[in-house]
Amino acid sequence: MRNLFAFLSGGLFGAGLLVSGMVDTAKVQGWLDVFGAWDPTLAFVMGGAVVPMFFVWRLAARRSQSFLGNPLPRPAAPLVDRNLVLGSLLFGAGWGIAGLCPGPALASLGFGGWQGALFVAAMIAGMAIMPPLRARLDKGNPAAPLSDY
Amino acid sequence: MEQDWVWGLVGGLLIGAAAGLYLLANGRIMGASGILGGLVDGSGRSSGAERLSFLAGLIVVPPLLVPLYRVVDTHITSNVAVIVIAGVLVGFGTRLANGCTSGHGVCGMSRLSLRGFVATVFYLLGGGLALVLGRHVLGVI
Repeated sequence: MRNLFAFLSGGLFGAGLLVSGMVDTAKVQGWLDVFGAWDPTLAFVMGGAVVPMFFVWRLAARRSQSFLGNPLPRPAAPLVDRNLVLGSLLFGAGWGIAGLCPGPALASLGFGGWQGALFVAAMIAGMAIMPPLRARLDKGNPAAPLSDY
Repeated sequence: MEQDWVWGLVGGLLIGAAAGLYLLANGRIMGASGILGGLVDGSGRSSGAERLSFLAGLIVVPPLLVPLYRVVDTHITSNVAVIVIAGVLVGFGTRLANGCTSGHGVCGMSRLSLRGFVATVFYLLGGGLALVLGRHVLGVI
């Protein structure tokens, strides 16, 4: 049952990424390029997703477990550390260079050609080298281990 | 082109519905980089089947919808170096920050998480700087 709902959530997410145009790297770069022909679409995508989710979180806060009986996520960690800032900057740079973030990269795997597949392979490699590199980054500057998403 | 914002809003609502379903049914936060990354580095092995099911839906469903939909072109560059550098940065950065546009952006900001807002500010900043440097200064993207 959990796997069925995970599949449905993933499918719905993919449909939303396709319909919204987030799989189109030109649209994403158009949003990030404030000095070019600026494209505001992404603000509507983010707004359309965040506003209903705000109410879903409030609903979830009144429950002790999920509908399938699983524990709900713990409250968000308040800590802002170097890894959050540095990681987000690096991620944003890659997002801007190619116009793809992880969700749309996976959603367009089936029709994005060899370029899309190569991007996903490089992304997985980046994910794989993170833990050992992070261990070196954190040496002498221990950051609290966090795993939010 | 004029209706792009409508499609953006409709797609955004679908993304919100997906995140809501995953939270309310499975008790999970819908973050694409975390779901995949947990499989890549082994930290999410205990929920491996659930993660694989989510990724299967995410990868299989959009291509099925493409024929019903308007023309789909991802407009991605064919420059191998640009693709590889961007992919590694996205993979490494999202795992270091523990989240991407869906985790920190959609799910984090909607629960008013400070980390979600800070991450969103910095990935937008990183993306904006990449466009300024890469497109307007160097002319490579």
